[in-house]
Amino acid sequence: MSILIGADTTFIVQGITGREAVNLTRECLDYGAGAKIVGGVTPGRKGRDVHGVPVYDTVAQCVEAHGGPIDGSVVTVPPAFTKDAVFEAIENAVKLIVVVTERIPRRDVAQMVELANMRGARIIGPNCLGVIVPDVVKMGGIGGPAKNAAQAYSAGPIGVISRSGGMTTEMSSTLTAAGLGQSTAVSIGGDAIIGSTYAELMPFFEADEQTEGIVIYTEPGGRMEAELSQWVVDNDCRMPIVAFMAGRFMDEMPGMSFGHAGTIVEGKEDTAAEKIARLADAGITVAEEISEIPEIMKSKLAAHVEHKPPPGVSVPAWVRGGSPL
Amino acid sequence: MRFFEYEAREIVKRAGIPVTDFGFTTDAAEARTIAERIGGPTVIKSQVLTGGRMKAGGVKFADTPEQAEAHAADILELEINGHMPRGVLVDPKADVKQEYYAGVVWDGTAKKPVILFSDMGGIDIEEVAEQHPDHVGRVHISNLLPISDYQAKECIAQTGVTGRALQRLTPIVRSLAQLFVDNDMVLAEINPLCEMKDGTFVALDAHMDMESEARGRHKGLLKDLGVGDDETRLAREPTDFELAGEEVDGADHRGVAGNVTEFDGNIGLVIGAGGGSLTLFDAVRAHGGEPANYCEIGGNPSVHKACGLAKLVLTKPGVDKIAVMMSIVSNTRVDIVARGVIKACLELGFDPAEKIAIFRIPGAWEEEGFKILEKYGIEYADRSVSMHEAARRAVVKITGPDAVAAAAEAGS
Repeated sequence: MSILIGADTTFIVQGITGREAVNLTRECLDYGAGAKIVGGVTPGRKGRDVHGVPVYDTVAQCVEAHGGPIDGSVVTVPPAFTKDAVFEAIENAVKLIVVVTERIPRRDVAQMVELANMRGARIIGPNCLGVIVPDVVKMGGIGGPAKNAAQAYSAGPIGVISRSGGMTTEMSSTLTAAGLGQSTAVSIGGDAIIGSTYAELMPFFEADEQTEGIVIYTEPGGRMEAELSQWVVDNDCRMPIVAFMAGRFMDEMPGMSFGHAGTIVEGKEDTAAEKIARLADAGITVAEEISEIPEIMKSKLAAHVEHKPPPGVSVPAWVRGGSPL
Repeated sequence: MRFFEYEAREIVKRAGIPVTDFGFTTDAAEARTIAERIGGPTVIKSQVLTGGRMKAGGVKFADTPEQAEAHAADILELEINGHMPRGVLVDPKADVKQEYYAGVVWDGTAKKPVILFSDMGGIDIEEVAEQHPDHVGRVHISNLLPISDYQAKECIAQTGVTGRALQRLTPIVRSLAQLFVDNDMVLAEINPLCEMKDGTFVALDAHMDMESEARGRHKGLLKDLGVGDDETRLAREPTDFELAGEEVDGADHRGVAGNVTEFDGNIGLVIGAGGGSLTLFDAVRAHGGEPANYCEIGGNPSVHKACGLAKLVLTKPGVDKIAVMMSIVSNTRVDIVARGVIKACLELGFDPAEKIAIFRIPGAWEEEGFKILEKYGIEYADRSVSMHEAARRAVVKITGPDAVAAAAEAGS
């Protein structure tokens, strides 16, 4: 199984005639079994098509043409129009919205998230690359062209959550090379306020039978890691988690932002050092290098399987062969 | 984007919150005129975007207009934490009965603004929150529903404030929350918010920080305050090298060569993207290397842009070689970056194999890219070489194996 999306997920692309959106549409159609993109929206461009996907003026027209509810939308419109596009998707009963656009003011994001919460919809992003279920489907630019995505991602037991789109692929590729495939990888976005944080995605992975371990990429700034640590302790998380923390140098440079808009050390709690300590307190191992992640995960999984074998889950071959550590 | 105190007070005033009859000037003689207009004792405050100005002598009290002029002249020349003041603020000396704190910030976990209030104003709110948690009120506000007086009232009442003070403070705190929302602030703070001996309530000092991404929506306000489009208001002023980096980025709309930041070391970095740069910069330092710069390339930069950035870094004094590294790319093309950095070496009259310590960018169009790199004899690595290993190789080549060994020793 997977989380958030699957082979049958239907979605639209808002802003589909933009250059990036045209590429992204091609990539998603080509990847795995081929995404079910049922329409695209660009106001004033009704009647055109993008790689065979019909273009409409409104989300309501997409829904009407599809003849029923649409599961998701990838929103890739300029920052000034993003809030409106997301509101339009939510009010047309779309339940999963991947917001690709970057540089959206925080207040707009917070408004989108609040409306989504009211309507039972979920937002991934903004400033993210979307969601991929290896070999099955991808929703967003994650992993790039189908050929490149297929090279980096492989199906398996690890859930990946990352504040950096590019690092989602780097980490998944490292896992793939070590024989650890991914159940679902989610690029959650690098802004200060995002639709879905680590802690908010954990219940999905926790409920997913395929997922046996979680790998996260994290950065200084914000309290998302503290929130995850709390979640892990409060919910007695069944899975081992391995984290990688980039931007440690920023601890020496308070008030400066690098990498993503959300990375800024403002107080004591959001430094890299503080976050590493917090994660460690919750039993989350923080790897020094990305290349260490697979071995750490394998040994944690092996220890995990020995101590409390989850019912109905078969022991992977590499565990039976003994941990390399 | 942070505002100076005199600007923050102006924003507060525009929101209908009472302020003192202050004046701002860049000229000592005018400070005297303002003091004369105020009549009576004044406070002269340095206008700098840094803390600790009281300790540094950036705040002085004057009994007469002559004294105000003399203090203003001193303060205008006084550097605080590396910042020269923008000017001075001349304020009537306040007769304070009670100091309060009122602030609004984002709560990233709740994804809503939160109003903070304390009856222990004038000091650092984080300190109050730690030592006297029952003296800090907190109320979250909706992003969609209108802000209402009761929310401010509840927040204030949490600290035990009642009676006339509660009545008078409520509209002030509500207005502060409204201005936070209306102006896309990430911080709006009045500290202290004072009850004066004459019974009036006045904002005596204010801190405002507007989200940079939203600047375009507040052109009118910024124009009225005289904030130029080129004012970044970052924690420190950009260096010439950093400005040259912005020029490289701005010269071509294709792709990004962003966040070019100067450091003291000797290892030139052409790195990307957002998370990749953070990872690689850490990796170079973990192996004992000292970066000469930070940067983020991405979004499929043109040959021209990659070349411009590589040239800038290669010509930085103290830099002998560059390391060209990224996390796996799917949008940026490996071959285009390769051509850009090679072009930079050739145009500067260098041998690319000599000047490029390592090239580690796997991903889209890598076969084409690696072919070009091979042709010029440049050491390159595919995804089987980790980002940290690539960084280690760069440090070995540029700083020497001893530095790497020492770093490994220190780390173990």
